[in-house]
Amino acid sequence: MESLTNTLHTVPLNHYILLSAIIFSIGVMGVLLRRNAIIIFMSVELMLNAVNLLLTAFSVYSGDASGQVFVFFIMALAAAEVAVGLAIIVMIYRNTNSIDINVLNRLKW
Amino acid sequence: MNTFYFIAFLSIFFSVLVISAKNPVHSILYLVLTFFTFTIQYILLNAQFLAIVNFIVYMGAILVLFLYTLMLMNLNKDSEPFKSNIVKIAAVLGGGCLFVVLFACFRQVGIAEPVVLKDPGLGLVKNLGKVLFNEFLLPFEISSLLLLSAMVGAVLLATKDPKTV
Repeated sequence: MESLTNTLHTVPLNHYILLSAIIFSIGVMGVLLRRNAIIIFMSVELMLNAVNLLLTAFSVYSGDASGQVFVFFIMALAAAEVAVGLAIIVMIYRNTNSIDINVLNRLKW
Repeated sequence: MNTFYFIAFLSIFFSVLVISAKNPVHSILYLVLTFFTFTIQYILLNAQFLAIVNFIVYMGAILVLFLYTLMLMNLNKDSEPFKSNIVKIAAVLGGGCLFVVLFACFRQVGIAEPVVLKDPGLGLVKNLGKVLFNEFLLPFEISSLLLLSAMVGAVLLATKDPKTV
């Protein structure tokens, strides 16, 4: 474990920020690109995880454990969000026989 | 070759595959791989508790839930209708613009110091448990309420309404 974490010493914080920004942008692209509601949901998970990684990196950088506790709370929140969101998607599928989000444009009226 | 850059490349590669795979089941499997690379990143940062939680909760629970829901729906091939090329280009452009803006902002900040682990026990269960049950006791209890209400809500939403059937 020591030798594994020693490789860290050469990675600047910049690169963690860059990696998280790339993953977050890919998540945003996924939300805009796809019409399948479940894949849109998965892209949201991707964005949450990018933020989690950045919080952990900053927590290690500043030697403060609060950042990692926040990541723990975000994971609990994501679990709750997934349970409710998938229940809503199942209900939409039961009513419309499709999980295409364009079917939902009737919500406008 | 530094491990970080290799794992970072893998996570970007798999996350691109997540949003570009045609079959939703493949998409979820690529998402599992992406989360596995994130677990490795946590281990590299010596955040062992988060690595285990990410492994068990995200890859074990949340993604299996996704997979089950997808299999229950029994989608056929034409479930995702054709989306016009203009919309696709616009989506990629929008995401790219967001990335450029973020990147430009962080370049201005310019924190180039390496991430150094000052306290080796920072991410261990012992240390995190002390912080969690001292400073964050009330948020911890409230999050249990959140999970309970989410469970009740999910059961209420997903069961069929006996009056309408």
